[in-house]
Amino acid sequence: MSEEPLVLGIETSCDETGVGIVRGQTLLVDTVASSVEEHARFGGVVPEVASRAHLEAMVPTIERACREAGVQLRDLDAVAVTSGPGLAGALLVGVASAKALALALGKPIYGVNHLASHVAVDIVEHGPLPEPTMAMLVSGGHSSLLLVPDVTHDVRSLGATMDDAAGEAFDKVARVLGLPFPGGPHVDRAAREGNRIAIDFPRGLTTGRDVERHRFDFSFSGLKTAVARWVETRQRAGEAVPVADVAASFQEAVVDVLTRKALLACKEHDVDHLLIGGGVAANSRLRALAGERCAKAGVTLRLPRPGLCTDNGAMVAALGAQMVAKGREPSDLGLPTDSSMPVTLVQA
Amino acid sequence: MLLLAIDTSTTAITVGLHDGTAVVAEATTLDARAHAEHLAPNVRGALRSVGAEPGDVTDVVVGIGPGPFTGLRVGIVTGRTFAFALGLPVRGVTSLDAIAHDAWLGGRRGDLLVATDARRKEVYAAAYALGGAGAERAAEPVVSRAADLPAETRALPTCGRGPHLYAEALPHAVTPLDVSGGALADLAVRRLGEAPAAPTGELQWVDPAHGFDGLEPLYLRRPDVAPAPPSAKSTLG
Ligand SMILES: [Zn+2]
Repeated sequence: MSEEPLVLGIETSCDETGVGIVRGQTLLVDTVASSVEEHARFGGVVPEVASRAHLEAMVPTIERACREAGVQLRDLDAVAVTSGPGLAGALLVGVASAKALALALGKPIYGVNHLASHVAVDIVEHGPLPEPTMAMLVSGGHSSLLLVPDVTHDVRSLGATMDDAAGEAFDKVARVLGLPFPGGPHVDRAAREGNRIAIDFPRGLTTGRDVERHRFDFSFSGLKTAVARWVETRQRAGEAVPVADVAASFQEAVVDVLTRKALLACKEHDVDHLLIGGGVAANSRLRALAGERCAKAGVTLRLPRPGLCTDNGAMVAALGAQMVAKGREPSDLGLPTDSSMPVTLVQA
Repeated sequence: MLLLAIDTSTTAITVGLHDGTAVVAEATTLDARAHAEHLAPNVRGALRSVGAEPGDVTDVVVGIGPGPFTGLRVGIVTGRTFAFALGLPVRGVTSLDAIAHDAWLGGRRGDLLVATDARRKEVYAAAYALGGAGAERAAEPVVSRAADLPAETRALPTCGRGPHLYAEALPHAVTPLDVSGGALADLAVRRLGEAPAAPTGELQWVDPAHGFDGLEPLYLRRPDVAPAPPSAKSTLG
């Protein structure tokens, strides 16, 4: 093995078939085939539709990744794959494919946690992670604050959402506003024309007893309901709904809570680096506000580029490469998938 | 020649190896809920049992169902990926054909029904005529309630788990119950003998007209379109 392990990563936990190849801390290629358009008309990801799409896209996506990176499969040092959490049937396609690849090539396999991969991907973007790093993961499936002493085997959960994930709230509010699925990018776009202090929407778990009991937890379900109620009240009164203002004010409530809690966690745990990942980390207002508040607090902000925040294979390859570099034992070829894999379990 | 056959369309997670003369290894695990766990270790185990390396395999064949979707995909993606990684041709065989062929290898002749568990109170079914040359399928497989199959079809000797699940509708149960990797391998080698050589180039997609059935899964049902429950991820990553 060369000093810099060459690792191919496979990610199929939701609706993107992702294959990435990393050499050490360098991203060689990040190939994604998405089935999002097939789900749009259902207003959410349909698991069986996603699984069928993964099966069709799997080998062509591996082939494309190798071709674009100029990598021969036999030169790989290891194969890494998301073993959880995620949609059970979708995970199975990626894991079975990764095992076949590892077996055929005689290479070790690493079954890794999707959430830890969201953290590790920033290594290929901004270099080694300070230990510990504070990480906030926000997407359609997760909203978590993590203290990460070592991304290859020690990830601690400080808090998580009590109800909806942040991205889910974006999807639901988009629906209320008549914006298409997926909601994140559409709300973000609409909000650019709006006034973010037009409407004072609630900030969940940020006041009084809630803060004591749920210091680093999130809740977005009350906010989502408040937006729906506000819009419905307007509609009943026969008034036009100021979509841009609602989008901007809703988005502000979400990113205000997220950044406030993330910086509180940094302060209380004496960590001076904050990494934000997950699909919602592509949100322009979150990126801007996190930048401002981190600068004020003297915390270094690490934000992967938007394409690496959403689900992809590069993040899995990045974590796999770290594991190889740190000499972690590979997973067994009989490794299972775990649709509800806890965030603290980095490797299957 | 070393042909690797894989099937995950029934309760059996099964692998067979054929050297062109005979089936030289078979590895089967009965576990309808853990296809991904057992399949790759079974492939490795079968290869080791004959002292072979993955690189010694010359042909890959996968059962394309019909079968319960989640498990079925595990076998197909494993076969496609394994073959791709080694630059081998990969071909598909209708899984019910392998069950009928298994019965034929066991000496059964005459008309036969294969009815496997399709879940949701239905079976995947196809009728065969077993003659001197092998098992000939009468029509494309269907998914149906056992009781809704034609009466004369239901009266046939029936392989698969269907008659054990729906004994009233399918009273004449015979073996085998599940696909065997060995029987699938044997059927594939016989078909290969008659098929022209695989086209070179895009090896992972072998022409279905060449005596095989293509590499697309036989789902026979449209997907349910209920979106994932709220706890699952949306497309925001
Ligand atoms: Zn994700």
